Amino acid sequence: MSTASTLTTPPAWRLPLLVLAAGAVSFFALPDQLGLVTRIAIMALLVLSLDLVVGIAGLATLGQAAMFGAGAYGAGLFALHLHGDPLLGLMVGCAAGALLAFLTGAFVLRYQGFTFLMLTVAVSQIAASLVQRGRDWTGGDDGLTGYTVAPLLGQFNFDLEGRTAAIYSVAVLAGACWLARRIVNSPFGLAVRGIHENRARMAALGTPVFLRLLGMYTLAGGLAGAAGALAAQTQGVVGLDSLSFGLSAELLVMLVLGGAGRLHGALIGALVFTLLHHTAASINPYHWLFVVGGVLMAVVLVPPEKAWSWLRARLGRPQAGRQVTGRPEAGPQDAERAAEVPR
Amino acid sequence: MNPLLELRALDKRFGGLHVTRAVSLTVEPGERLALIGPNGAGKTTLVNLVSGVLAATTGKVLLAGHDLTHRSQAQRVRAGLARTFQITTLAAHLPVQRQVELALFEREGLSGRFFRSVNAYPALAAEARALLAELGLQEQAELPTGQLAYGEQRLVELALALALKPRVLLLDEPMAGVPKGEGARLLAALAALPDTLAVLLIEHDMDLVFRFARRIVVLAEGAVLADGVPDAVRRDPAVRHAYLGH
Repeated sequence: MSTASTLTTPPAWRLPLLVLAAGAVSFFALPDQLGLVTRIAIMALLVLSLDLVVGIAGLATLGQAAMFGAGAYGAGLFALHLHGDPLLGLMVGCAAGALLAFLTGAFVLRYQGFTFLMLTVAVSQIAASLVQRGRDWTGGDDGLTGYTVAPLLGQFNFDLEGRTAAIYSVAVLAGACWLARRIVNSPFGLAVRGIHENRARMAALGTPVFLRLLGMYTLAGGLAGAAGALAAQTQGVVGLDSLSFGLSAELLVMLVLGGAGRLHGALIGALVFTLLHHTAASINPYHWLFVVGGVLMAVVLVPPEKAWSWLRARLGRPQAGRQVTGRPEAGPQDAERAAEVPR
Repeated sequence: MNPLLELRALDKRFGGLHVTRAVSLTVEPGERLALIGPNGAGKTTLVNLVSGVLAATTGKVLLAGHDLTHRSQAQRVRAGLARTFQITTLAAHLPVQRQVELALFEREGLSGRFFRSVNAYPALAAEARALLAELGLQEQAELPTGQLAYGEQRLVELALALALKPRVLLLDEPMAGVPKGEGARLLAALAALPDTLAVLLIEHDMDLVFRFARRIVVLAEGAVLADGVPDAVRRDPAVRHAYLGH
């Protein structure tokens, strides 16, 4: 076999290194856009957590914002009442997201497909209404404000230009990428991917299917909670929109845009979507969703292979031979096409 | 001494449908038992009841004297019951070797480890390769499972079950859908199964049944119609009437 072995796994350091490099470049190239960099890093972390649930475990959810909100309110309340340290707050947010995922997952993961999807929507709606009702604690519709975040590591203030916030967010995203890749490359990650592909097969191998899915759902909830904590700490306010159905839906759009199940796709999707949002909305604040819709349609309808060969032809490079071996993480469309390859 | 696998008056109803009727069976170590019967006789349901995919309405499943009736599918696998599927049930995108490693991780209780890489277990990778080589699949080890010929995918089904090192192997129509030309390797693999392993085979291919089985149980309308050595079952008039049709 001439191509690289399908049994090698991407090294865990590669993705975080790229994230740090991209962060460093944008830090120096776009010093007046650091707020945008921070926002992209937070969204990327959140979509990454969604990829663990949707792309790796194969559970279509529209409730990932609930875990994000839990992390945001958890970190905000922690800063308001207990301690202003950002790293402690990050851990609290992470724990809040993981706990909510664990508790709700123990119920919703007993169901599959459409029922599961609807239950995840219901969970985030209930969470949002609880937060709205508990205005004495959460600020209700006005949002949670009035907390201050202490300097990072006791040294670096969260400045007005957002330098500390950007570095902090990008660093946390890089760490999360490393962790997510380790998880996906592990026997546990492999078992979860196996469940995604064929639940009956994994059960016949003796896999405790429910426990494995609950484990992945909880880990992903922890990452979403960390993203929520970052948002709370860097924005100084937590709003009800952090728990909204709209956010969950946008996350799914970002993931599909970048490609699910490969981790780096989550980052690309978050980057492209947030940039589109930012630029298209400043050109035409009413019609930017039209652009997003068009791009999404192109991504969903044009097979990646076709897009690549079109791109190659455009760039004047020779067509590469069709890859017969395929990738271990290839999507379902790839397999259908691979099945046509004569043996 | 207890038999290795024992089914005691196993009964299954789906609402008004009575698919399994008081099936009692014993399987001894090393036994080669074939379960045959016309379509709809409840053969696959019986495998599902034994492997824990379905819960029995009444009756018991015992392995070496231990009651598994209320155990989950995963617990039954750990106790030593492995099965294959009538319709190939594999993770099509995973490379063949990865898939076998999955079974090995499960057997070794490692599938909850979420930090070390799958490639950090060289002993298990070597075991997976050796198992695939035994079945003549070493060339295909790195291909996504879905790209293998159907007969080879049936071999992968067998490899996964064997990787679990079971005491009782339930084979649900291993030859189903295998083209004539590809069957020889599967037959050889079945003939080479270890002597200590008890095998319960469901099969429509009568050539295979009479070649492989040393005992045959005939199921008709969910109940045991006959149970004996192949020659006796072949001559049994009730069996000829209900199943062979002459």
